[in-house]
Amino acid sequence: MVIIEGLSKVFDHGTTNEKLALDNINLSLGTGEFVTVIGGNGAGKSTLLNCIAGVFEIDTGRIMLGNKDMTYWPEYKRSRHIGRVFQDPLQGTAFDMTIEENLAIAYAKGKPQGLRRGINKADLQKFRERLSLLDLGLEDRMKQKVGTLSGGQRQALTLLMATMVEPQLLLLDEHTAALDPGMAKKVISLTGEMVEQYHLCTLMVTHNMKAALEYGSRTIMMHEGRIIMDITGRERETMTVELLIKQFGSRSGTELDNDRLLLS
Amino acid sequence: MSFLAFQGSIELGIIYAIMALGVFLSFRTLNFPDLTVDGSFVTGAAFSAVLCINGHPVWGLVLGLVAGSAAGCITALLHTKLEIQPLLAGILVMLGLYSINLKVMGTRANIPLVNQTTVFSSLEGTALEAYAQLLIPLGILLALLILLFLFLKTKLGFSLRATGDNAQMVRALGVNTDTTILIGMALSNSLVALSGALLSQYQSFTDIGMGIGMVVIGLASVIIGEVIFGTSSLLRRLIAVILGAVLYRMIIAVALEMGMPATDLKLVSATLVALALAMPIIKKKALFYKRKIAAQGIKRGG
Ligand SMILES: Nc1ncnc2c1ncn2[C@@H]1O[C@H](COP(=O)(O)OP(=O)(O)OP(=O)(O)O)[C@@H](O)[C@H]1O
Ligand SMILES: [Mg+2]
Repeated sequence: MVIIEGLSKVFDHGTTNEKLALDNINLSLGTGEFVTVIGGNGAGKSTLLNCIAGVFEIDTGRIMLGNKDMTYWPEYKRSRHIGRVFQDPLQGTAFDMTIEENLAIAYAKGKPQGLRRGINKADLQKFRERLSLLDLGLEDRMKQKVGTLSGGQRQALTLLMATMVEPQLLLLDEHTAALDPGMAKKVISLTGEMVEQYHLCTLMVTHNMKAALEYGSRTIMMHEGRIIMDITGRERETMTVELLIKQFGSRSGTELDNDRLLLS
Repeated sequence: MSFLAFQGSIELGIIYAIMALGVFLSFRTLNFPDLTVDGSFVTGAAFSAVLCINGHPVWGLVLGLVAGSAAGCITALLHTKLEIQPLLAGILVMLGLYSINLKVMGTRANIPLVNQTTVFSSLEGTALEAYAQLLIPLGILLALLILLFLFLKTKLGFSLRATGDNAQMVRALGVNTDTTILIGMALSNSLVALSGALLSQYQSFTDIGMGIGMVVIGLASVIIGEVIFGTSSLLRRLIAVILGAVLYRMIIAVALEMGMPATDLKLVSATLVALALAMPIIKKKALFYKRKIAAQGIKRGG
């Protein structure tokens, strides 16, 4: 479903700040595979997701989604097949527009834009149904501006928007890192439900080691732009957070250092 | 204020309101501080005057509008394709337009339209003749208000508004923001140019310098409107911009009546906008010092 071959990314090429952020990454995800991604600060997790999404141009390599070679596609065109939720709750929604208007933009993904009415009756019904799945009461606030929502409510909404038109790949970059523990739990379990329900191919970066092992069926660990560990199946089932940290130490030669790291 | 001056400022306010809607579209909706306005306003007026002289006042408005939208497209492309900052892209196009406007005007700095047939002549001989200066711009403004409101409620309109809010999100939802910026800037500057084209026929001349500070006037109207009439819904915001433009003209008319020299106009406009833009910070600072003084008072007292 997703094939990444020999992907490298260098920032500030040819300057003293030159930084190899991704170093020959090879990764393939099967249909409906849910992969969690962990690693220390600056390991290249966000860069990997941004390269797949087309935010950054890559230096070498190939990115395939389904049977499409997207390597040279612009970001907006890739987005028609990729759903994204960002770390910053402000990044995923238009704050000065209403909840229903935000959902309408998400719902129009991949369809011709045109001068048709932004929202019709049938849309509203659909939005209401989808919002009620979140169980946050947002279905009764559809005419309110997104700017009035809390960070957690926005993340939940962004998640809904990212999956409004079923994507072939879902990219989640520490999308619960900015939330308080209760809300983080809520959003992550919603994520689990949605991925399961639509059988979505997903890459989820998380700072929560427990969640990394609990959700999905495969976990990869990144360090200095490389994938240093890739576990699945029985090996993963028997893995514990302590063991994961130990493994990181022995494979990278350093201690796992992440300022948002959650061990439990 | 005399009734004549009052009526005059309403008429002017309505014409300038069209420009203010354009400025609202770029500055507020797209979040693109567009200085093309000072040039595209004159572009509209230049086409309007030249076509008026050739006996096509209506085509003057139409071609003025089209030329303005072309100018907006160039600014948008300079920004999206060549990654020139919005302010600079606008300044470059504004500068280039100065030469183009002069070319359109046949290298004259001023074209008088006295005794020419204008769109305002179209009501001559009817019962409404005396109100042509008011009714024609008002009709155009109301039509534009409705069209703009409906447009901003379409799917494309949603994407355009979201681009100003959060371009990253719009791209993440599969829409090319280069295109939405292009469309928005074309629309914005077509409104600005239409306003210039109408003003030219209203005041019976086009002057190469008539666009200086236009963006500031537009911004002043937008801010005055927002502060006084509110921003709670889209329709309300659009109407607020229009009322802001009319109110701005009235303020100017009163100031002139009270003896302010016309040459001070631009200084007053600039000061007004600077004050309005600084208002949130001034409020914050005032609050801070109030708290500080109060706290020190308590310390000294206790
Ligand atoms: N836009 C950029 N310009 C220059 N360097 C960058 C840029 N983005 C990331 N980098 C660098 O690339 C490296 C990888 O960064 P990245 O953001 O992918 O790390 P990460 O694994 O997401 O870390 P974190 O857990 O802190 O989010 C870092 O050294 C970072 O400084
Ligand atoms: Mg990151």
